[in-house]
Amino acid sequence: MIKTENLCYTYQAGTPFERCALRDVNLEIPDGSLTAIIGHTGSGKSTLIQHFNALIKPTSGRILIDGTDINADAANVKLARRTVGLVFQYPEHQLFEETVYRDIAFGPRNMGLFEEETDRRVRDAAALVGLDEKYFNRSPFELSGGQKRRAAIAGVLAMKPKALILDEPTAGLDPKGRDDILSIIKRLHEQYSDMIIIFVSHSMEDVAKTAENVIVMNDGRVEAEGSAERIFSQGENLRKIGLDVPQITMLTDALRKAGFTLPDNIYTVSGAADAIARFLGGGGGV
Amino acid sequence: MFKDIIIGKYVPGDSPLHRLNPTVKLIFTILYVAALFMADSPISYMIFSLYTLTLILVSGVPIKVILKGIRPMLWIFIFTAVLNVFMTPGEELWSVAVFSFSLKITKEGVTAGAVMTIRLLYLIIGTSLLTLTTSPLQLTDGIEKLLSPLNKIKVPSHEIAMMMTIAIRFIPTLAEETDKLMKAQTARGADFETGNIIKRAKAMLPLLIPLLISAFRRADELAEAMEARCYTGGKKRTRMKESRFTGLDGAACVIFFLACALLAAAEYWI
Amino acid sequence: MIETQKLSFAYRADDNARENVLKEINLKIDKGSFTAVLGRNGSGKSTLAKHFNAILLPSGGKVYVNGMDTSDGKNTFRIRQSAGMVFQNPDNQMVAASVEDEVAFAPENLGVDPKEIRRRVDECLETVGMTKFALSAPSNLSGGQKQRVAIAAVLAMNSEILILDESTAMLDPKGRREVIETIKRLNSEKGITVVLITHRMDEAAEAQRAVVIDNGEIVLDGAPGDVFCRVEELKSLGLDVPQVTLLAYELGKRGIEINKSVLTVDECFAELIKKASEVGI
Repeated sequence: MIKTENLCYTYQAGTPFERCALRDVNLEIPDGSLTAIIGHTGSGKSTLIQHFNALIKPTSGRILIDGTDINADAANVKLARRTVGLVFQYPEHQLFEETVYRDIAFGPRNMGLFEEETDRRVRDAAALVGLDEKYFNRSPFELSGGQKRRAAIAGVLAMKPKALILDEPTAGLDPKGRDDILSIIKRLHEQYSDMIIIFVSHSMEDVAKTAENVIVMNDGRVEAEGSAERIFSQGENLRKIGLDVPQITMLTDALRKAGFTLPDNIYTVSGAADAIARFLGGGGGV
Repeated sequence: MFKDIIIGKYVPGDSPLHRLNPTVKLIFTILYVAALFMADSPISYMIFSLYTLTLILVSGVPIKVILKGIRPMLWIFIFTAVLNVFMTPGEELWSVAVFSFSLKITKEGVTAGAVMTIRLLYLIIGTSLLTLTTSPLQLTDGIEKLLSPLNKIKVPSHEIAMMMTIAIRFIPTLAEETDKLMKAQTARGADFETGNIIKRAKAMLPLLIPLLISAFRRADELAEAMEARCYTGGKKRTRMKESRFTGLDGAACVIFFLACALLAAAEYWI
Repeated sequence: MIETQKLSFAYRADDNARENVLKEINLKIDKGSFTAVLGRNGSGKSTLAKHFNAILLPSGGKVYVNGMDTSDGKNTFRIRQSAGMVFQNPDNQMVAASVEDEVAFAPENLGVDPKEIRRRVDECLETVGMTKFALSAPSNLSGGQKQRVAIAAVLAMNSEILILDESTAMLDPKGRREVIETIKRLNSEKGITVVLITHRMDEAAEAQRAVVIDNGEIVLDGAPGDVFCRVEELKSLGLDVPQVTLLAYELGKRGIEINKSVLTVDECFAELIKKASEVGI
């Protein structure tokens, strides 16, 4: 479990450029959960996830992984970096090795694992993201955009993290590429029943399709958190803090106000179609 | 960590020194440096001290900023001074035998050490005053103007200036990118913080490849974007902000040449 | 106005590897229109866009911009001036270290008089709402602001056509909205012809016309409502449809027929209210 206690972070503290990026964040993210963090640019979501593997140290407050303060000493920091795998935005721009295989193996080798173990992990990770082994000996720069991103995600998975965090994993992808990445996330969630998966997203539609839990960040604070159903039933509040609410949420909100009786846990198109069909069909006696 | 580097260290302001034509400022700086290395007599250095101090005061740049700029160069001063003091042959003042080697301080050495240190000090203050009071853009503009007579012998003055402008424009972008890459690799177990210099330098290697690749990609895209906006090099190009030669520049020239005359007088007649 | 006649293009000219990225495309884009060109990655949409301002030249067929043949080298600069292009990565298309110098760059290249450059810079920054950032460094702007500056930098050439080559792909929702609102305003108020290359259906829905490209060919072309109601086809092309359009389609499968070409929440809402009163609720 990842837990934050009164987490605060201030950029350039003590200078005229001081800016508070996180204010008193208290969160509990349980093992085996699939959580999305949403919020607009500058809401603190990227700063927050970089705290989870000690890349940024809090100005005050603590981050606990399974009850251990990750910043207590250097050994804990090191451990946190291994337990929590972080995939940055546009990770395909961060590939650097001569071959795809070596790039994926970078993490495990830094951990000092034996070659056999490294090899096993590289193959497992590549399989998880659906990257064919025939690419292993190619230069990562020859891959297509979507494959590069998979290879980069595999590089983090090969470290076998307990928690996987992805910063805007679908940024810049076309609908097909986006759906591929989202299905990888879902598959990981199904296969590893105790892995914590967190992804940051701007797209409420991606979140609605994928996540179980949602954390809404606004101005460095946790604005709301809960199940996806619960968060998306509060369309009005999300719009107030400047987030793009899915069309379906806006539509069902408006329909309810106009007298449609619809359950309040609708946030997918097929869910909405079922409910509206039931309402119109039942009421009209078709 | 790379986000904090300040290049050029421009301190915005509205002092006469800030308003001076950049080309004029560049020429003055070059002449100043040349004079510095030609000057010999103690009186000349007094004139330099007076002149430099006046410039600092006129520029309105806090003395603290200038001292801060000198601090990293301190070891170079010490090195130069020590080297000169011990290595210049001449009249012996003091000596000590280290093993079979005798180290001696000479009268000429002390003078040479003092002169070189002062020269270096003024060199750094003088040139940093240029960058402190001239924005990078003005500076490239000044360089372009200064080099333009060399167009005749095929020196691409406009292209040099354009390259400098683009370099300045991309420093923050690449610094941010380096920062991100370091974080991404730290997250994958790379260690940039511990170990000796060689180990740390080795850890930096994987940063260079993605950085270079992205720099090439950016260069490619930038070239396309420039061509799409009809860029063809310096020919027929106009400038929105043309730096003009103003009364202020005239006055500065008079003052500068008076100082030069004074210097020449000090060198030859005293 | 842009017109392509049997436009074909192949990146490599060597005999065997030759595969056409664009295949005999015939397309006419009217003056003053707002057209979205939609397609997945690798569909050829960006390659097509790069033909509109002579960055790429056809391997076969012709492209005319305001009647000028792009393959005639004498026209290149007049074409680039009248059809300005904004690119994908906001960081990689800015040359200058300040916003106003960036906007001045193109007219400086064209040898415009300094006073006139000043006037254009001020006017164009005003048009995209970036006047108060005139002296800022590009690195201090948000993605949406950078792209607005890039638009101003193109408008400063007095372009009549604005081509946005996936210019929203790297932006956050706020930045995307800023850019779309800016180009819609330019189109309606200044009569600028806009060609928006994108893979996002919500952006294409804002245009007057949506042209869908796949595998180097035009596969669908029409008003966004008429294009998006072909849900199955778009899905097979790897593209999205607006959620409400998808909803209308899904309702149809469940026996409830409403207008299939709805694009916005309001349109869909009105349709459902109408339906409800029809069935007597």
